[in-house]
Amino acid sequence: MITLIPRQSASTGWQIATPVMAVLATMVTGGLLFALLGHDPVAAIRTIFWDPLFGPAASYSRPQLLIKAAPLILIASGLAIGFRAGIWNIGAEGQYIIGGLTGAAVALALYPLEAWWLFPLMVAAGLAGGWAWGMIPAMLRNWFGASEILVSLMLVYVAQRVAAWMAFGPMRNPQGMGFPGSRNLQQYPSAANPELIAGTGAHWGVVAAAAAVLATWFLMSRHIRGFHIRAAGTAPRAARFAGVRPQTLVAFCLGLSGALAGAAGLFEVAGPAGQVTDKLGVGYGFTAIIVAFLGRLHPVGILLAGLLLALTYIGGELAQMTMALPAATVQVFQGMLLFFLLGFDLLTRFQIRRRARA
Amino acid sequence: MMIDPLSVFLLLISASTPILFAALGELVVERAGVLNLGVEGMMITGALAGFAAAYASGNPFLGFAVAALAGAAISLLFAALTQLFLANQVASGLALTLFGLGLAAMFGKPFEGVKAPAMPIGPLRINWIVWLGLIMVPVVWWFLNRTRRGLILRGVGENHEAAHALGYDVRLTRLAAIAFGGAMAGIGGAFISIATVLQWTEGMTAGAGWIALAIVVFSNWTAPGVLAGAWLFGGVTVLQLRLQAAGVAVPVQLLSMAPYLATIIVLVAISARQKYSRRAGAAAPGSLGTNFHALR
Amino acid sequence: MLRRTLLATASATLMALAAPAMAQDEPLKIGFIYVGPVGDGGWTYQHDLGRQAIEAEYGDRVETTFIESVPEGADAERALTQLALAGNQLIFATSFGFMDPVMNVAARFPDIKFEHATGYKTAENVAVYDARFYEGRAVTGTIAGHMTESNKIGYIGSFPIPEVIQGINASFIHARKVNPEVEMRVVWAYSWFDPAKEAEAASALLAEGVDVILQHTDSTAPLAQAQQAGAIGFGQASDMAAFAPSPRVASIIDDWSPYYIKRVGQMLDGTWETGASWAGIGDGEVVIGEITDAVPAEVKAEAEALRDAIGAGEYHPFTGPLNKADGTVWLAEGETASDEDLQSMNFYVEGITAQIPQ
Repeated sequence: MITLIPRQSASTGWQIATPVMAVLATMVTGGLLFALLGHDPVAAIRTIFWDPLFGPAASYSRPQLLIKAAPLILIASGLAIGFRAGIWNIGAEGQYIIGGLTGAAVALALYPLEAWWLFPLMVAAGLAGGWAWGMIPAMLRNWFGASEILVSLMLVYVAQRVAAWMAFGPMRNPQGMGFPGSRNLQQYPSAANPELIAGTGAHWGVVAAAAAVLATWFLMSRHIRGFHIRAAGTAPRAARFAGVRPQTLVAFCLGLSGALAGAAGLFEVAGPAGQVTDKLGVGYGFTAIIVAFLGRLHPVGILLAGLLLALTYIGGELAQMTMALPAATVQVFQGMLLFFLLGFDLLTRFQIRRRARA
Repeated sequence: MMIDPLSVFLLLISASTPILFAALGELVVERAGVLNLGVEGMMITGALAGFAAAYASGNPFLGFAVAALAGAAISLLFAALTQLFLANQVASGLALTLFGLGLAAMFGKPFEGVKAPAMPIGPLRINWIVWLGLIMVPVVWWFLNRTRRGLILRGVGENHEAAHALGYDVRLTRLAAIAFGGAMAGIGGAFISIATVLQWTEGMTAGAGWIALAIVVFSNWTAPGVLAGAWLFGGVTVLQLRLQAAGVAVPVQLLSMAPYLATIIVLVAISARQKYSRRAGAAAPGSLGTNFHALR
Repeated sequence: MLRRTLLATASATLMALAAPAMAQDEPLKIGFIYVGPVGDGGWTYQHDLGRQAIEAEYGDRVETTFIESVPEGADAERALTQLALAGNQLIFATSFGFMDPVMNVAARFPDIKFEHATGYKTAENVAVYDARFYEGRAVTGTIAGHMTESNKIGYIGSFPIPEVIQGINASFIHARKVNPEVEMRVVWAYSWFDPAKEAEAASALLAEGVDVILQHTDSTAPLAQAQQAGAIGFGQASDMAAFAPSPRVASIIDDWSPYYIKRVGQMLDGTWETGASWAGIGDGEVVIGEITDAVPAEVKAEAEALRDAIGAGEYHPFTGPLNKADGTVWLAEGETASDEDLQSMNFYVEGITAQIPQ
């Protein structure tokens, strides 16, 4: 008979070992899958995990990793803080969309004005938009006790429809030949979020993601609020005695994660995506939830998890291109990776003991 | 301009069938205290497996049976992760959606371009599976509210510690609920491939699973509420399209937002009533989304 | 760059990234990015048939790869760049939303040729191509006008963009020409592919008394609905032969192979030039699928005569006198529509009572 004994604190050794084990397990089962489908398993695994980093075109794909990972890391850093406190914002996708829309709205309203303050203003608008969208579930929970999980999820659907409405209506490019979609902000110098140093892939969103990792690490390990958040997550009653006001914490966590998701949306709209379309939300907000858990809700873990997921996306494209692996196969492979990572996480939180039958 | 309400109603009950099945299944899952965001992944699995079986056997009803099995089978992945490996439910559900969409697309290649056998028309010219969906509403209601097992299931969802202390098997109850949810989502998905489209194409559920999740919230976690929600969500689309067909200009995007806003309002109203009036009404199950680990 | 590799033929796929692409007797590498999966049975499926036609035509002289299900926006730009870096000399981007990414990547790879479907931006190394789907609509509209008994025909539109509005107008003009009593009902699904939504749209039309459905969305759901209601419809994008002979009585097939074969041929002999191609029935790019026996012989003959007249350039589907829906004169007697007019078409012709959503 096997029993699980919870660990007092997550084991550091296992925290490092389990992701490695999960990746290895995925490689083995994924390799089997590829072999069954008639593809060379070694080449496939190498294409997905190795080539984006060290392959012949790595000088291009390495910066792309940053571009793909930045929104995931930025959003997940914010989400993880709430998750630590037991506050479940699963509507980051909606906050991302609204942040992108409010930020883009500023630029589109002022077009074609060129001014140095335009981009900072857009960032502020993106932060504010995401923050406001995140504060809706926060306030509804504080005032009426409505579940923030469900309200934030519902608001994703609303945000998606707002984006479609904007792309077809108010924000449609007047010079776009009647097609949906806004002006391209990449072609509007004051509003664009360009690559900062050529060849690095780093745009302001990458910088912001790095800053978010540092700031959340500082917050969680060095700041009194971080202590409150951790206390609220592990021992809510004790936290209340320690003077933690749950309502403040709800507003703080949802507002912060909303603002970061909103900023991610703005950086994406003004940078890599370029324009507001009805497909503004491409799922970063949901993927970031997975990233937060894969990263064990720790800033450094999130950084690595974001990069790992970005790697499988880019490697997956390479595998499609060079090995004619169907996109679906790559998706199955990614699903397996997530399952293994989530499953193996058990080892970091529990000890497995064999118990003799009584 | 007149629109015949009966014709709208007939469209509506058929159009809302996939989301009704999926939402009824998810209702039972959530009542057991589990939040499974993998509905879309289970629906698409059912859509493919059901279509494949119906096509191969020539019998659409066998297709639905296989779809239920396939939906339940893939839901067990989620069940294993969350109940045995104690992984986070939100993340596991999202992973299930990703995996299901990929898996169905991968195995669906041989079934592209062929057509399913025609469904025999049921009583009152309404599809048998539509009837089944309508019958499942009172069945689920009866199970949850009038049977001992239903009571245990709700107890597990409301407070898993207490249920465990009373000697009920939290894990087994939840496994069964998740499998039921998977089976229902599978049937819902198969309705799209077998009864609506008659073909298999990648990504054909196109977000229906996410709507089902919203319906469960709208329903206030009751079976009649799920029916109302499915008809509201299906109804807005049907009405919107029906008005367009009659030549009326409608703000499509704004209208399609309405049911989600209504869901939030319903949720807030119920939560507020519970918070301020102290009347014990059914709202979100107490243990929803949290994992249970027994310290024996 | 001219280093040769002995392995080039044997392991061409594996070496794709490693081998410099310029060597003389290596195959011409051609890349595709698709917006959907090749298994969509419609738009992307037809483009992939075009890709296969290239391989069939040129054999060892070419090598094609594709990346499917590429989201429009930032991911498209990366996928295009990956294809460029992998040594593809000609790259086809098969969705309107890839337009700005194509322009960005093309600017960075001036030696690589790009072909963008349904867009309007060209450059020295970017050509655009599209098909005159409205020519096919004239033929199906003729059949619809004859076949309707309720004198109501329905049209399921995807998005209110010029391409779709051309189709609605062309169908209606020719239906009315053979049946002055005919009325047109239009429903917008706001999706190119959403089977459930398309089925509901078809049901809504059928409930309105429509007995012939034309569709500009990609799934077979409307045909399935038509079948249950005893109405008829037409295959769209692909032949949808599984629904023949009825409800599918004919189809409009996008056949990209003539264009693809021509352009690849020009690449091979070094005569490729940028341009804007808008080919129709005459060039074999828009094909009318078999008109089944469900259609009376004389209607079939009339439809085929119209098809041949359009194909031979003797007849333009938009020939005056034609008024706009608001009653103003659009084309005088004998005048034909200019391509510019068609490409920005945002009005219905006289007789359609619906409004185009703004």
